[in-house]
Amino acid sequence: MRSPFSEEANLQVTSGPALLDGPTATVALVGPPNCGKSTLFNRLTGLRQKTANFPGVTVERHHGTVGLSDGRELEILDLPGTYSLTPRSEDERITDDLLRGKMPEVCIPDAVLLVLDSTNLGRHLVLAAPMLALEKPILVILNMADELRRRGGEVDVDALSERLGAPVVLVSAAKGEGLEGISQFLESTFRAPDPVGLPVLQSPPSCRQWAGQVAAESAYRPPVAPVWTQRLDSLFLHSFFGPLVFLLVVLAVFQTIFSAAVPLMDGVEALITWSGGWLESALPDSALKSLLVEGVWGGVGSVLVFLPQILLLFLFLGILEDSGYLARAAVIADRTMAKVGLQGKSFIPLLSAYACAVPAVMATRTIENKRDRFATILIAPFMTCAARLPVYILVIAAFMESRPLLGPFLGTRAAALLGLYLLGFLAALVTAVILKSTILRSDRTPFVMELPPYRWPTAKSLGLRLLDRSKIFLRRAGTVILSVAVALWILAHLPLVDGQAPEIGESLAGTMGRTIEPIIEPLGFDWKIGVGLVTSLAAREVIVGTLGTLNGIDGDEESTGLQEALRQDLDLGGAVALLVFFAFAMQCMSTVAMVRRETGGWRIPILQFTYMGVLAYVGAFVANQLVTWWWV
Amino acid sequence: MRSRGWFGGRGWGRRRRRRRRLRRSRAPVTLADLREGESGVVDSLQLPEDVALRLMELGFIPGTTVVAGRAAPGGDPRVYRVDGSEIALRRETTRHLLLRLLG
Ligand SMILES: Nc1nc2c(ncn2[C@@H]2O[C@H](COP(=O)(O)OP(=O)(O)OP(=O)(O)O)[C@@H](O)[C@H]2O)c(=O)[nH]1
Ligand SMILES: [Mg+2]
Repeated sequence: MRSPFSEEANLQVTSGPALLDGPTATVALVGPPNCGKSTLFNRLTGLRQKTANFPGVTVERHHGTVGLSDGRELEILDLPGTYSLTPRSEDERITDDLLRGKMPEVCIPDAVLLVLDSTNLGRHLVLAAPMLALEKPILVILNMADELRRRGGEVDVDALSERLGAPVVLVSAAKGEGLEGISQFLESTFRAPDPVGLPVLQSPPSCRQWAGQVAAESAYRPPVAPVWTQRLDSLFLHSFFGPLVFLLVVLAVFQTIFSAAVPLMDGVEALITWSGGWLESALPDSALKSLLVEGVWGGVGSVLVFLPQILLLFLFLGILEDSGYLARAAVIADRTMAKVGLQGKSFIPLLSAYACAVPAVMATRTIENKRDRFATILIAPFMTCAARLPVYILVIAAFMESRPLLGPFLGTRAAALLGLYLLGFLAALVTAVILKSTILRSDRTPFVMELPPYRWPTAKSLGLRLLDRSKIFLRRAGTVILSVAVALWILAHLPLVDGQAPEIGESLAGTMGRTIEPIIEPLGFDWKIGVGLVTSLAAREVIVGTLGTLNGIDGDEESTGLQEALRQDLDLGGAVALLVFFAFAMQCMSTVAMVRRETGGWRIPILQFTYMGVLAYVGAFVANQLVTWWWV
Repeated sequence: MRSRGWFGGRGWGRRRRRRRRLRRSRAPVTLADLREGESGVVDSLQLPEDVALRLMELGFIPGTTVVAGRAAPGGDPRVYRVDGSEIALRRETTRHLLLRLLG
């Protein structure tokens, strides 16, 4: 397979079986945060590592291979960004350890691709000093050539190369310009650099002075400051309009999830009903047909319906991340975070937990203070992840009338959804206060955050995000949700009574549900919900599939919609309790596994699972009692 | 050098700003004293070594000019333009960044 971008770069991307002798050498991408290393990595390898417009996106090492025109293969490493070779956080430590050969499983790279932001060369060249001093073959890549040009900056690459004693290229990773210089370097025999007059590395002022001198000698003309960034900041960081704009955008997103996405959802649902009906009429009556129609279609189909909403959420998060607003959001949130004992930096992983807690837990690596980091890991699963969305939407749509609250801007359903998001966020804040004033107490670490210039999110990058997300969603539907649906169908048809499947309440699944029914009855749940709670331990949205399957088996000839079935299983108190339960409980084994990995033990994940479980049970109980008492 | 952008200057927060101005009669002494649009030259960083080092890596080196920009609602943290990039810092940090006295 040849990547569409590789042509111009004269690089051949190989995926699939590696050449027999394997990669001949390893080169590492090193540079300050947010200078475009991952974008370049993706260009060179044809892979799709996450890129976004804020510092600290990449927090671990990624491998890729790039085939050269002479048939050799090189291994390329994408690394977390680092301002210097004095690491302060987990992610920076990875880069430092790798360069110093302190990682047992990887060898020291044979050469370094030092990526610097050409729009701020004076400061970024500071990193060149310690890198040149490593005496490793090095190519200095000045990225963002397009932005430099657009804002009227200039640099003499040859002069800079002479001054540094190392090859220098000016590229635009985003636009794919100038990549042939990189392939030339990769194909050449690596030579150690030959710099003249490096500064005293321990002294930042002398390094900065050296960098300034080098830049001046290479006829560097810095670009003008980005005007739009200042204009947008004067809006987004405005004490009144800033939060207002943010609030309006969030409301718009929630409203869109319900209003614009409902027709979509109905379309998909109709398609699934239709194809399910077609399957039913096309197949002869058999156990297999029942398995396919009720088990698989009922289970997997009920979850598939929610793909459009989830994509909408991801589109929104993608725009936040790619535009550079996320870093501003962290600044705005810093005061609130300070009140609960954390700082603005924790806000970035928390926001990304709105997509999924698993990468969010990993993203906490950028937090320097270990206790702050653990506290952030502990509260991240309270953020409403995309897997909760199907449950919330289903229950809200089943139990709540759609009425406008604020004209067309906000309806009752969107407001309820927003309320659930706020509930999760509040639980996170309260938990943070408890943690930071007891077991994770620590000194305040200063909040230091570099703000990138605003950039237009490109349609391509957003499109790829949505594509990748759809793939993940479909894969989950095809694996976890499918296997649970099949297993559940089998459990619902055993034990056979006179060769016939039993009444569903008497089946193994029914027995399982009835066993736990006494525990969950105070919450207002019946045995079907109980089965759903058990299966949703695999992943939250599985409960929707489970209810779909159970409903399919239990339903009469005319299949009632899932919403209708839900109204029979739950009263209003139970419905609210179910929502609260899902807001608090940590029903996600992938998150548990990731927390174990990132905290290096079972202590934190067990504590977290128990705490969230107890909170969910008590919260759901109280909610059920309150609602029942209020409405009866 | 005073750039305000589109929404700067008048309206919200103006009164508070004026009050602060009255209170302050001396020239700015630390970075925290700079109001939006004002600039100063860093003199020294009275901070623990690791914090000072990180700030110097980001451009807060003695002798460098810093321009104060927008602050988050509530006035803290504030964005500073220094050495070609924008860095957000809390008041509790900027209080310890002393400015060079002019004249
Ligand atoms: N205009 C322009 N933008 C670029 C270029 N290269 C990267 N970007 C943008 O810069 C931002 C950061 O890119 P990344 O590739 O995520 O940066 P990184 O160096 O991997 O960042 P970390 O992983 O946080 O260290 C993204 O928004 C990119 O779209 C370029 O050549 N020109
Ligand atoms: Mg990266």
